[in-house]
Amino acid sequence: MSPDLDTPVENTWCAGCGNFGILQAVKMSLNELVEEGESDIDDFVMSSGIGCHAKIFDYLNMNGFYSIHGRVPPTITGIKVGNPELNVIGFSGDGDAYAEGVSHMIHAAKRNIDATMIVHDNRVFALTTGQFTPTSPKGFAGKSTPQGSVEDPINPLHLMLASEASFVARGFPGELTHLKDLLKKGINHPGFAVIDVLQPCVTFYNLWSYLKESVYKLSEEGHDENDFQAAWGKAEENEDRVPIGLFYKEEREIFNDQILEDEASAKESASPDIEKVVQDYT
Amino acid sequence: MIGGEAGDGVRAAGGVLGKILNRHGLYSFVRDDYQSLIRGGHNFSQVIADSEKVWTQYHDAEVLVALDERTLKKHEDRLSDGGQIIFDPDELDYDSEMSFPVPMSSMVEEVEGIEIMKNSVALGVVAYLYGLELDLVEDVLQDEYGEKADKNIELAKKGYAYAEEYDEKIRELQVQDRKKLPLLTGNQSISLGASKAGLDVYVAYPMTPSTSILHFTADYEDELGLTVMQAENEISVINMALGSSYVGARSMVASSGGGFALMQEAVSLAGMSETPILVVDSQRAAPSTGVPTYTSQADLNLALNSGHGEFPSIVLAPGDQEEAYYRAGEALNLAWKHQIPVILLSDKHLSESRMSSEIDFDRVSSEEGKVIDNPGEEYKRYEFTEDGVSPLAFPGMNDALVQNSSYEHDESGFTTEEPEEIEDMQNKRKRKWEGIEEDVFDMDPVKVYGDEDADNVVLAWGSTKGALLEALKHLDMPIKFVQPIYLKPFPREKVLNLVERSEKLVCVEGNSTGQLSSLIRKELLLSVDDEILKYDSRPFNPLDLAEELKEVFS
Repeated sequence: MSPDLDTPVENTWCAGCGNFGILQAVKMSLNELVEEGESDIDDFVMSSGIGCHAKIFDYLNMNGFYSIHGRVPPTITGIKVGNPELNVIGFSGDGDAYAEGVSHMIHAAKRNIDATMIVHDNRVFALTTGQFTPTSPKGFAGKSTPQGSVEDPINPLHLMLASEASFVARGFPGELTHLKDLLKKGINHPGFAVIDVLQPCVTFYNLWSYLKESVYKLSEEGHDENDFQAAWGKAEENEDRVPIGLFYKEEREIFNDQILEDEASAKESASPDIEKVVQDYT
Repeated sequence: MIGGEAGDGVRAAGGVLGKILNRHGLYSFVRDDYQSLIRGGHNFSQVIADSEKVWTQYHDAEVLVALDERTLKKHEDRLSDGGQIIFDPDELDYDSEMSFPVPMSSMVEEVEGIEIMKNSVALGVVAYLYGLELDLVEDVLQDEYGEKADKNIELAKKGYAYAEEYDEKIRELQVQDRKKLPLLTGNQSISLGASKAGLDVYVAYPMTPSTSILHFTADYEDELGLTVMQAENEISVINMALGSSYVGARSMVASSGGGFALMQEAVSLAGMSETPILVVDSQRAAPSTGVPTYTSQADLNLALNSGHGEFPSIVLAPGDQEEAYYRAGEALNLAWKHQIPVILLSDKHLSESRMSSEIDFDRVSSEEGKVIDNPGEEYKRYEFTEDGVSPLAFPGMNDALVQNSSYEHDESGFTTEEPEEIEDMQNKRKRKWEGIEEDVFDMDPVKVYGDEDADNVVLAWGSTKGALLEALKHLDMPIKFVQPIYLKPFPREKVLNLVERSEKLVCVEGNSTGQLSSLIRKELLLSVDDEILKYDSRPFNPLDLAEELKEVFS
């Protein structure tokens, strides 16, 4: 039976916000995963940062830790080590992931914690009413840069590829089924899966029509997702044609497996043998 | 006392000597004085032992092992009457009535050893001077150095024989018939105490003087039954720990002032989301980078006011290695019982100094708090209860939805911005204070030493306890020493009863503004008559402190 993922909380995203598509795709993917018997909904845990994206905490009827700005990667790392049986999904905005918490993203990728990170990348700080973020283009005229931002944006896919993320993908809520499938793949991936979602912000940076016209699916152009160089090259396409889909994946050792060694989880760890330890100091 | 450059193995030698004395049945205390560098500079280790408990080091020394010239020059004046300075005449040109030259380098050459092994010669000499059994030295060296022990043992024997031939014993230390005791640092005790209370996850980023908790806990990860992680920074450290606590794995983090400052945002998150966590701040001389390898007690205000906004928390400061064990265990249990952040203050002096510790390890156990096994569908993470503490369930439990939040929230954990709901939830958290105070005030939160009827009263917290207990040994005036271990909630009534009839009330602290004095004024509406403050980053010397106390109470 599919879980009831709706909550009684009133949704306050702007009409037409890209977040609706992400919420929808998340619900669809969770429903399918539960129906396919991959996991019980009680074994899923989500965590979000702070910003428009993070309101998804209130709109998903599932275990969750509404964390603080930028800190979702450490939060989900702690969750996964504490109890690796849990299936952990992090939500983050581009401000969260690539500004406030950029170091955490890099290290979560490097560690290869077994979790999925969905970045709602609208290329603007929306909940704080419109300032540039690390992914805003140069010249972005926001409230803090009325003359246009003088900074070049970072390329989140390059950042994550360089950080050794073992699953790097990009989705678009205008391609709902594609996004749903990508989320499922990410959730099933053993290791750190980053899905940067191009999420148009209708109020502060509306890229709906541009994105609808520009996105194309990597899978339709024969991209080899195991080829790092090809992924790096595809990630450079950011203007007229914007690829979505799985750029790169590899399977490598998982942080929580290695750190826990033989233990099932940190939570279920053995009782301490204090007398044995102090013998060395006696 | 043994001194030399970093890399000379001074700290190792101090540790081994402390262990020898400890195993001999004496109570020993070892303090390492080292600089923030890897090679060169000047390090020394102070070792003291007695048939009764010794709580801290003294400035003066009876024997000085000088491995370099700087040690000689810097510490020659520390020698007490009849003291001896042991040095290598092939390396240092020194002559006084205290000198006892020992050709340590040539002995090392004879056994084809390496420079650092000069220490073992010195250990042999010291063993002879105090009538310690050579077998004992051999045993300890064997335990410490394992396969590499042979040459060190040979050198210790050479040193011993050399002293036997050319020197006279200072005194014969009697073997004490007492139970075997471990020689533990405060950091080791904290790790052990928390582990005994069910610690599952320890996360840290290296920062002196908290780093040895990380090293020790990682070394004994299997024996202690826990998981150790090193994160990219202190912000990540505490957020990882909170993630683990949220799913039911008991977590602890530690740092020094700078790292603890970085954690403030998440201490507040722990307060709001009611996620249990034990945070250790091992203080060092601040502000800012300060003096990384030296001690201080200047983070009390930071700990008392940790985290933005208002939420219940506990601050405690054990005063020695034994208290560090019991209180760390207690602190972790309190964090879980009340679902709050608990801050344990240590400092370089307590964290890194070694003391023969009499600990009843079984006195600490893991207490579950309000954890429930079958939360069911109706479970609400922040259910209103009389004592403000909600039943605690973890994700993955049958049917329960566990929603933890940094936002103000309703009973289910959903975000709210409604004034009534906000106030209700603030009140729920505030209600915890009653239970917290009840528990803390019942936990022997204040210790009293010295003459309980004395009119002269001294207040001190944390590692300053050691210097005070030693100073009291040298004073023949009646003094009552009151040590609050819990600083938040402050055991008002208990402390008031102990200090209100005093003729003179004096605070002794390792900071420059009298942070405990301020707390006393605030909590007891009582003024402190005098303060003895030390903020040169070194721990108190008991004899100096005794003089100062004599002065203020005369």
